[in-house]
Amino acid sequence: MAEVQASERPARAAPARANAPVLEVAGLKKHFPIKKGLLSRTAGHVYAVDGVSFSIGEGETLGLVGESGCGKSTVGRTVLRLIEPTEGSIKINGTDVTKLGKGDLRPYRREMQIIFQDPFSSLNPRMSAGDIVGELLHVHEIAEGKDKEDRVAGLFERVGLRKSQMKSFPHEFSGGQRQRIGIARALALNPKLIIGDEPVSALDVSIQAQVINLLMDLQKEFKLSYLFIAHDLAVVEHISHRIAVMYLGKIVEYADKKTLFTNPQHPYTEGLLSAVPIPNPRIKREKRILQGDVPSPVNPPSGCHFHTRCPYAQARCMVEAPALKQIAPGHSVACHLR
Amino acid sequence: MADIDHKAELAKAGAFVEGWWGSVFFFIRRYPLGAAGAGIMIVFVLSAVFANFIAPMDPLQTNAAASLESPDSTYILGADKMGRDSFSRIIYGARVSLIVAVSSTLLGGIIGVFLGLMSGYLLGWFDLITQRLIDIMQALPLLVMALVMAASLGPSIENTIIAISIPLVPHAARVVRSSTLSLREMPFIEAARAGGMSELRIAIRHILPNTLAPLIVLFTAQLGSAILVEASLSFLGLGVPEPHPSWGRMLSESAAEYVRSAPWLVIFPGIAISFAVFGTNLLGDALRDMLDPRQRS
Repeated sequence: MAEVQASERPARAAPARANAPVLEVAGLKKHFPIKKGLLSRTAGHVYAVDGVSFSIGEGETLGLVGESGCGKSTVGRTVLRLIEPTEGSIKINGTDVTKLGKGDLRPYRREMQIIFQDPFSSLNPRMSAGDIVGELLHVHEIAEGKDKEDRVAGLFERVGLRKSQMKSFPHEFSGGQRQRIGIARALALNPKLIIGDEPVSALDVSIQAQVINLLMDLQKEFKLSYLFIAHDLAVVEHISHRIAVMYLGKIVEYADKKTLFTNPQHPYTEGLLSAVPIPNPRIKREKRILQGDVPSPVNPPSGCHFHTRCPYAQARCMVEAPALKQIAPGHSVACHLR
Repeated sequence: MADIDHKAELAKAGAFVEGWWGSVFFFIRRYPLGAAGAGIMIVFVLSAVFANFIAPMDPLQTNAAASLESPDSTYILGADKMGRDSFSRIIYGARVSLIVAVSSTLLGGIIGVFLGLMSGYLLGWFDLITQRLIDIMQALPLLVMALVMAASLGPSIENTIIAISIPLVPHAARVVRSSTLSLREMPFIEAARAGGMSELRIAIRHILPNTLAPLIVLFTAQLGSAILVEASLSFLGLGVPEPHPSWGRMLSESAAEYVRSAPWLVIFPGIAISFAVFGTNLLGDALRDMLDPRQRS
């Protein structure tokens, strides 16, 4: 497929500025208004994403982890402008796309694609697998007819599907195969960045490994960058280079994989890590299981959002929100105690 | 735990069905009533299409000598007051009924689908206004509304079609709107948007085809009710005008005066109407069961 894809690629978005990260997100916020009553009065906001900054370089994977409802998926969708951000900026290859209109945004759509969690609802049940993948080539006027067929066939083979399966409809595939179709669709436009919104959490463990390995192979082959959203730390550890831990709309810890797993600094990260099972019954360790649920993002706790569940919480934590500060090169934590 | 005969279960679910004829036989075995309905509809469609060959006489040709002739070898189902052959008129009447039913369903369906799709996809003020208009339309009884339409537009085949199609609009619009509302939040729509597709393309290529299953059921049911409404309008003198043969008017012309002296003029058109409606209803029910996995037993 490499030859097929490497051939002429018309009307690309602006060429990558030297050394500019593939994706740079600064101060991203998304507040969903809560409408009430007959006149749709705004009665409050859901602070789904509340000031998130990160960047992803070429060929790099950033894992974004956190519990359900912490805003990880909203980050992914906002980066793709599927949801309009309330505040902040999103830069693709150094170009700010936050304020671009629909038409101007289109070339940048080719640079970033998404793989969804649910392999069943993410494919149109009335379109054949080949059409699902090929439609993007048609819409972006990259290839038509025989050329399109060939490209789609190449993509199918690359993700481990048979060419003959192009005519089949989504319901004829298994969950893992459907996810491969989703990956082929994401690759069709030859993007720089792929956002994986829990792309393996709906799959069997054995299939998870296959899909993760496929994603990693593709990354090497096409120098892809991934924003990998997940709640399963074992999966994230395997695929990511760096990891950002999110809690109630904010990043609480941001470090490279090794540092985060060996030397977690935020009490929330500690709690998450101690929930990962270790496949060795002889290893005894102190369990620090997080108590309670994530508080509502409609009315987040004052001060440090985590103080309601934090074992070390002090008076200061309840009034003052900690800023994300660097404690070592490439390792940032948002906690008063570090 | 009872043993499960996997082969039998699979056969019941249609796993071994092969080819076109295989599907036909499977449909007949699985939905015998639906197949009967389909059979009735096929008979009606064939007699409508081949009316010129089936009908023994010209349905419009009058013959004073044969006035109110009872069924015999020449006039199989008798003749009306003007001596026109009842059988031929019923055969040609199938053509009128079918044209009216199909065109009104298509017309109402297309407008309804368009409104429903726009309404569910665009939301906002367009949705609000459309939905209130549809509420108003639904508040009026179908027959009364068709009556008002037919009376104001005057009796003709075209106006009958328009009058019958209008009550279908709110039904189709509601069905499409509700499917659209749930579909527009599906990940595959987000994927299309992330791929930079236009909103029009998403609505037509990705949402519309997924709303079709409930629509097919609605349209089959509507065919039957359109036949009935056309008959009712013609019965009241507001539908298909003379001299076109219409089952409804054949019934109305004869009902008051000749029901005792020439009952065949009332009975046979009545049977034709009943069968047509019965057939579409049976077929519609079978289609509903077939397309809704929860209804399969």
